[in-house]
Order: sequence, then C-alpha cells, then structure tokens
Amino acid sequence: MRFLFKTDYAQDVALAKHGGHRFWYSALLLLLITAPWLFSEYWLAQLTFVLIYGTAALGIMLLAGFTGLFSLGHAAFLGVGAYTQAVLTNAGVPFPVALAGSGALSAAVGWVVGLPALRVKGIYLGMATLSFGFIVEEVLARWESVTGGNAGIHIKKPELFGWVLESEVQFYFLCLIITVVSTLGIINLLRAPTGRAFVAIRDSEISAQSMGIHLARYKTLSFAISAALAGIAGALYAHKLQFISPDQFNILQSIDLLLMIVIGGLGSVHGAFFGAIFLITMPQLIAMVKDYLPTVLAQAPGLQGLVYGLVLIAFVLFEPMGLYGRWLKVRTYFEIFPFYREGMFKRQKSFQKSDRLK
Amino acid sequence: MVQFFQLLISGVAQGCIYGLIAMGFVLIYKATETVSFAQGEFMMLGAFTGLVGMTVLGLPYWLSVLGAVLVVALLGALIELAVIRPILGQPAFSIVMLTIGIGYVARGLITMVPGIGTDTLALPVPYKDEIWRISGLVLNVEQMVVIAATGVLCLLLFVLFRYSKLGIAMQASSQNQLAAYYMGIPVKRLNGIAWGLAAAVACLAGLLLAPITFVHANMGFIGLKAFPAAVVGGFGSLPGAIVGGVVIGLVESFSGFYLPDGFKDTAAYIVVLVMLMVKPNGLFGEKLRKKV
Repeated sequence: MRFLFKTDYAQDVALAKHGGHRFWYSALLLLLITAPWLFSEYWLAQLTFVLIYGTAALGIMLLAGFTGLFSLGHAAFLGVGAYTQAVLTNAGVPFPVALAGSGALSAAVGWVVGLPALRVKGIYLGMATLSFGFIVEEVLARWESVTGGNAGIHIKKPELFGWVLESEVQFYFLCLIITVVSTLGIINLLRAPTGRAFVAIRDSEISAQSMGIHLARYKTLSFAISAALAGIAGALYAHKLQFISPDQFNILQSIDLLLMIVIGGLGSVHGAFFGAIFLITMPQLIAMVKDYLPTVLAQAPGLQGLVYGLVLIAFVLFEPMGLYGRWLKVRTYFEIFPFYREGMFKRQKSFQKSDRLK
Repeated sequence: MVQFFQLLISGVAQGCIYGLIAMGFVLIYKATETVSFAQGEFMMLGAFTGLVGMTVLGLPYWLSVLGAVLVVALLGALIELAVIRPILGQPAFSIVMLTIGIGYVARGLITMVPGIGTDTLALPVPYKDEIWRISGLVLNVEQMVVIAATGVLCLLLFVLFRYSKLGIAMQASSQNQLAAYYMGIPVKRLNGIAWGLAAAVACLAGLLLAPITFVHANMGFIGLKAFPAAVVGGFGSLPGAIVGGVVIGLVESFSGFYLPDGFKDTAAYIVVLVMLMVKPNGLFGEKLRKKV
C-alpha cells in the first residue's frame, strides 16, 4: 500500500502524484512513440483511430461525464469539424490553420447548441441535441455546393509548413501529438476553477448556483470546449479516411460516442481512452470469434449490434463505472491485499429522483 | 383542395403512428421517470410477431394481432423485471443507455432469425391495397384503419386511467412514487405493467404501420421521429402524445409537399427545437416547481 507524504505545495498541483504515476505514464508514452516500429501497419492504423476517437471521447466526457449534460447529437460536431477541415484543406489552407478553423467553427456551433441547455435539461436537452444532429446531417447532405452532398467529398493529405504528411507513420505522430496535448489540456482544465465549476454543476445545479457559479456561462463553455474537441477529432478523422460523407455522422455515430464513454467509465479521463480502445477493438474481436460460431449467427448482419447491446446492458447493470471502474477495483484489491471488502465500491440504493420537479 | 385533404389525411395517419409510439414513451416516463429508446424496437418486434402469426403459424388476422400484442406486452414486462428494475434510482442517463442497448439487442436478434430476419416483408392484412373514393378524394383504407384504431385505443386508455383501479393507482404512482408506496400501491408491479402497456401500444403501432411501409429489422428507427411528438405534446401527457404525433405528422406531410427537398425529414426536428425554445414543457406539459 502506498502512503503519500506531502512536504510541498507543488506536490498538490503536480500532474503525476508519485513515482508510480511517473514510471507508468512514461512507459506508456515510450510505447506510443515506438509503436510504429513495434506494430504492423494495420494495427498502427487501428491505434490512430483509437487516438482520434479518444480525442472525441474526451470532448463528450467533459460534457457528459463532468458537466452532466448529455448530447445525443455529438456526431454533428464531428461532422462540422470534418467538413470544415475538408473544405479548407482542399482550398489550400495549411493544416494548422485548417485545424484551428475546424475547432473554432465546431466550438461556435457547440456554443449555439448549448444555449437551449440553459432552459431545458435532462431528457429535453437530449431531444434538442438529437434534433440538432439530424438537422446538421441533412444540411451536410443538401448543401451540395460546399459538401458535395451524399456523394461525399475527398480530402487532400495534411500539409504542415510546406511539408506533406504522406505516410501513415507521420500521420500517426500528428494524431499522437494532438491527442496528448488535448488530454493534458483537459486534465489541466479539470483541476482549474473552470473544471471545478463543471463538476459542481454536474453534482447539483442549485448548490453550484448558490456558490456563485454562472450556470449559463459555464454550461455553454462546456458545450463549446466539448464541440471543439469533437471538431478537432473530426478533422483528423477526415484526414485518416480521406473521404467523408454525411452518413458517417448520423445518429448511430452519436450513439457510438456515448457508448464509448459509458463503457469506458463516466467521469474519468482514463475512461475516454478505454472506451475508444473498446470501440475500435470490438469489431476485430467479433471478426475473430465469428469463425467459431454457427453460420446463422456469424452471417447475421446484426451480430455486431447484438454484441454492443449486450455489453452495454452488462456494463450499465453490473459496472456503472465502466472499464475504468473495473480497473480501479482490481487495483484496489491488490493494493490493500488482503483487506478488500465486498462492499467497498457498492452503489447506494436511492429512490427515483424526479426530474420533473426541478 | 383535394390535394390539401389528401395531405391532411396521410399526415394524420402518419401522425397517429408517431403518437402511438410517443404514447409508449409517455407511459414509461410517467411510471418510471425514464425514457425508453427501445420503443421503436418494440414496435418492430410487434410487427414481426404479427407476421410470424399470420404467415408461419397461419392464424387468422385478429388472432395473430391479439397474440402479438400479448406476446410483446409480456416481453416488455419481462424486460422491465430483468434489467430496468435493478437499476431504478440510478441516473436517468444510465437507464437511457440501457434502453439503447436493449434496442441494439432486439435489432441484432431479429436479423438472426433465419428466413425472415434480414428480408423486407409485407404484412398480409385483410384490408391491404383497398381504396375508398369519396367525391374525388382517394382514401387509403390502410390509413383510415390507423386513424380509427388510434381513436379506439385512446378511448380505451382514457377509460383505463379515469375509471379503473389500476389506472388510478398508476396515476398516483406517477405523481409521487414514495407516497403511492406508503398508500399500499405496489409501485414495482405497476412499473412492470406500465412497461407491458407501453410495449403493447408500440406493438399495435407496428401492426398498423406494417401494411403502409414494410416489415424489416430497421423499421424501429421511426421511433426517433416519435420523440419530437412526445416533446411537442409535453413529455408527461398522454393526450399530448397523440396531439404531438398528429402535429408532427401534419408538419411532415405538408412540408414534404410545399417546401423544398430535405425539409420533410428535418421538419419534425425543427419543430422540436422551436418548441423547446418557446415552450419547453410542451403543449400539454405539466409545469411543476420545487421550492427550495
């Protein structure tokens, strides 16, 4: 078991709390940096997708996991980012400017969508964002002069300071840098007053308000940051696929994003990445298991949906903290061995709290 | 003018379907304060059960409708018992995700049924492709049946909630679960019944919709159009659900004809956004405030 003896205020604000953190996170970073030489090209591409989805998941985690606002139309922000990037890049704008543009436009759209969040909450907010998602998808499909409509749009390779990123490996490093920077940004944000305000709003709006937190400002801010991250992820997604069409940003994509953070673990930065890993590796696992199933099951188009559904139900029922919660339990078990008790992470039973009386 | 009435009737018929699904949302929302995203999938299951009854088992129309409603209602109650009841009291979002999971599972399982799961099938109803002509107006019997059946169902539900002991107990439980429990109302069992009832209504919607569209595994996505209906009507109001459904159906039908392409599919959502900005509680929504 580890006891932290703090002798300095700097230890309170340090990102890595102790030697174990420093060691393991350095090891992870080392692994990620050497990944192109360790893994095959296929798995490197999957890893790139994990980084891209991880960035998007960070955004929605900030919104849903830390501010308690649920968006059922987050794929729309991904779409706005992807299309902005595609249009700007094809117009010859250099990559950093285009990326900033996608992030900024998504943030602006997110800010606008956040406005109804001031009046409605709970399921009504879900409905508002759901509707918004459908409208954006339709706009992407209909605004043919810019987006190319349902035929989709091709996007050129990213260009950094006159240097075109041709290979997968270079693009991987680009994604890695952006993901690391945004993760550090979110972690910093969460320990700053702004992040504390978000968490306070999640836990109780009334008490947050009475502590002097400007609900309107922080809710829209949360929407804007979340949308900006989704937009940046969308921009990378567009570059990765090199071809985007409106149906990649439909309701199913929004649900996938939510699925990711619920399975990863709501309310934890780790959870965003665990969820992304789950979302990317699951289809591979299913494909591997397929060979051993009877043909009726293996050939059914709904197999993947069925597995996702079952996993989702199982997580909500048995592990509401998600993969990260499971990891915490395992770690605690070994840390305090043999003193782990059954009820240490037990959920509290509570009565149904009414949303209607707010 | 004939054109106008034609659009009116098809809009109302489509709206009734939305309304019926929305009614399922409202029943569940009032009983357990959760929103079920699996309502569209119950509708799909209902249509498939009816189809199996009519084609595979060869039962007469009425018997298979009755059978399908009973089977799906039972399924709804069982799902409530198995997965919803254990996590009641958890954040509403977990339950929403759970119902999304149920929807995924239902859709996946249906595609695994050999023979019918992956096909697009027509439901052989006795009134298929019949048409009435009234002074230049061409009435599709399928649509008229939808409207009539919705009317009858609304009346039945109204009687249930107004006059029966069960309905009054459900009203009490939806207003305050804890108080209802103290008064000796079996709240848990009522929640199960509410889910069963919602599933049965969705099943009927599926059986009514099936002759107009077709029966296929993804027909449940129409449930996403029923959310606007529920919001416009006010999420806690049963008559509101039907009115909201009809409003959405009419808006969709007219915007599809008079407005440029693309508005038909988004009109419902634009209406919802406007509604949420102007009147967040819906047309018939209750406005309650808790005093701190």
